[in-house]
Amino acid sequence: MNKVNFSLKWWGTSYGVKLPENKLTAASPIERAPLPEKVIIALHQNIGAPCKALVKRGDKVLTGQKIGDSEKFVSAPVHATISGEVSGTTMLVHPATGQLVEALIVTSDGRDEWVALEARDAIDKLSVEEILKRIREAGIVGLGGAAFPTQVKLSPPKDKKIDTVILNGCECEPYITSDHRVMLEYGREVLSGLNIIRKVLSPDNVYIAIEDNKQDAIEHVRKLLASMELDGNYKMVTLKSKYPMGAEKTLIKNILGREVPIGGLPLDVGVVVHNVSTARAIHDAVLERKPFIERVVTVTGAVKEPKNLLVRLGTPLRDLIENCGGIDGEADEIVLGGPMMGISQFDLDFPVIKGANCILVKKSVPMREGDCISCGRCLDACPMRLMPTMLVKYAKVGRYDACKEAYIADCFECGACAYACPANIPIVQYIKIAKSELIKRAAKK
Amino acid sequence: MTGEKRILISPGPHLWSGLSVSKIMYLVVLALILPSGAGVYFFGYRALLVMVTSVATAVLTEYVSKKLRKRAFVMDWSAVVTGLLLALTLPPTLPLWMVVIGSAFSIGIVKEAFGGLGHNIFNPALGGRAFMAACFPAEMTTWVLPAGFIADAVTCATPLNESFVCPVDKLSLYKALFMGNVGGSIGETSTLLILIGGLLLLVLGIINWRIPLAYIGTVALLTFALGQDAIFHILAGGLMLGAFFMATDYVTSPITNKGRIIFAVGTGLLTVAIRLFGGMPEGVCFSILFMNALTPLIDRYIKVRPYGLKQAGEK
Repeated sequence: MNKVNFSLKWWGTSYGVKLPENKLTAASPIERAPLPEKVIIALHQNIGAPCKALVKRGDKVLTGQKIGDSEKFVSAPVHATISGEVSGTTMLVHPATGQLVEALIVTSDGRDEWVALEARDAIDKLSVEEILKRIREAGIVGLGGAAFPTQVKLSPPKDKKIDTVILNGCECEPYITSDHRVMLEYGREVLSGLNIIRKVLSPDNVYIAIEDNKQDAIEHVRKLLASMELDGNYKMVTLKSKYPMGAEKTLIKNILGREVPIGGLPLDVGVVVHNVSTARAIHDAVLERKPFIERVVTVTGAVKEPKNLLVRLGTPLRDLIENCGGIDGEADEIVLGGPMMGISQFDLDFPVIKGANCILVKKSVPMREGDCISCGRCLDACPMRLMPTMLVKYAKVGRYDACKEAYIADCFECGACAYACPANIPIVQYIKIAKSELIKRAAKK
Repeated sequence: MTGEKRILISPGPHLWSGLSVSKIMYLVVLALILPSGAGVYFFGYRALLVMVTSVATAVLTEYVSKKLRKRAFVMDWSAVVTGLLLALTLPPTLPLWMVVIGSAFSIGIVKEAFGGLGHNIFNPALGGRAFMAACFPAEMTTWVLPAGFIADAVTCATPLNESFVCPVDKLSLYKALFMGNVGGSIGETSTLLILIGGLLLLVLGIINWRIPLAYIGTVALLTFALGQDAIFHILAGGLMLGAFFMATDYVTSPITNKGRIIFAVGTGLLTVAIRLFGGMPEGVCFSILFMNALTPLIDRYIKVRPYGLKQAGEK
């Protein structure tokens, strides 16, 4: 039965910040990047356990061949993204954790020979177990940035009833347009992936949430939804463009009015949120039987020609920047991720990892940290309604326990506070220091 | 490609709103131009002289204090705001050497001795004014009638004085108070122009509406409940200037919205109490200073409920 409902709602929130969008590549169709000469595949590209290498130096590998895996539940395997030879290993500094991660280097043979893919399937024939197995084998992680293994997110504990699935097409960070273009150009695959998620979780309602700065995507997805005759109860939700609207907890609050308990997960309030690019990867894995080896990356900012590129994972940033005409003018900083949560890279040979949705090239601006004038802008900006300036004051004098009591663990480092701070205090940086000190202390006990 | 090029790294976020402390202070100065202009218009060049003296002393004192404390001097307009606000609360005829002492006290003692911008407990301008009221009680309460460029000023003494008897009808009194055509401090007389400046800051998002609204609202309700002329109490004295420009000072008012309302209501209660029952005709300055002292306490106990924290009683 076809039960496609539409609702167009203008949800607001009193928290967060309005950002300049700078979506330079919103109208640039996705371009396939040329095959890289080598790829660097980090063995730890999810938030859970690292993988062990399944191949060694000198081995020949095919595109899509699994080259790293782990036996842990919260983990995701990694695959060769080009065919060629494993030419060595290297160490990378993981951008999110700051820890050293082992990586395999694969040198291309230029032929891009794929492993034999299984025959395509239709969703009706598949059991939930089979779907989850295929998602795990494909190495899919949350592509919105958190890189949480997708099959884990799709396997909630038995006692948690999931009543709502939200497809997250907000893409609230400035500059990034990869999800936007995926919705426009792979909308059918995205909705098919969403349908798979729906089949696994059988929720009462499925929401498709898109910010109002992407009207073309909203229209496109709406039309597709009407034409595809999917099972289930679908609702389109248009959200105000405000940062960080696309953060899971903010999104749940704005669409459903529910608050995820402190220290809890969305599934504690019966919700699972998936990003649109993840949905597309799920479709490719489950129905097309393709492992997750490429993704859309927005290369933007101070490059001669900003683009949305379909990129093999592991491609060095250098290749992508060159593909976009190179660094323009005075720019001297390369950010992996968006301008708000992205992390500056010191090495242009750093590869595209699974969670990377954007490469932003910019001119770095020296900032002078001033004194807090207690204006309260960081409080108004914080989507978690924390008191960022208090966290900074505690962190500065080493009162990390006070930080803990002020719920520092709930900060997901969106950077809205630091964006709004007139005194230029690197609030997120202080919070990160306090968090890592707290982790060190907890480890000592 | 970039082998020879230096790559820099910096902590995120990599975007900034661009609204700096000095820009905020600059906007406050802009908003104060109207009330300051009114002061010059009503009281003549002498008012201008007081303002220039006060601002110049404030900036100079800040410079000297920073040098003495071996800190970098940054021209962030905050000393200009303090100097200008102080001048606006002074009688236009005050001897200039007194202005110099008051302004130097505002910056040197009330602000810099406590650690400079962001660390002061009391509003520097009001701290300086309170100091001057204690040092020069006679001069600080000598009010003159507007004598600048107009002739038909309402002929009554300073409106909030005990001996105040106004010969005109109520409506012309309100009109005079609203336009600023009365005796008083340089910048406190024209409610209209203070309102325009205050609304400008509200629209620009520099000040929060809660403090002026709760402060003025409390004064209005309380004076009305006590059988007083509420409109007169709103328009007269330093209430408007205090509510929009002094009580809203970030550093010396609470950081949470709830705390700000408590702060403003407290200030309103004290203002009315001083005006009606105290020994002084005006209570804005001291009530704001008193609530400044309570601000750290308010900030300690009034917190925001974080996302996802269940309130007591909720299941």
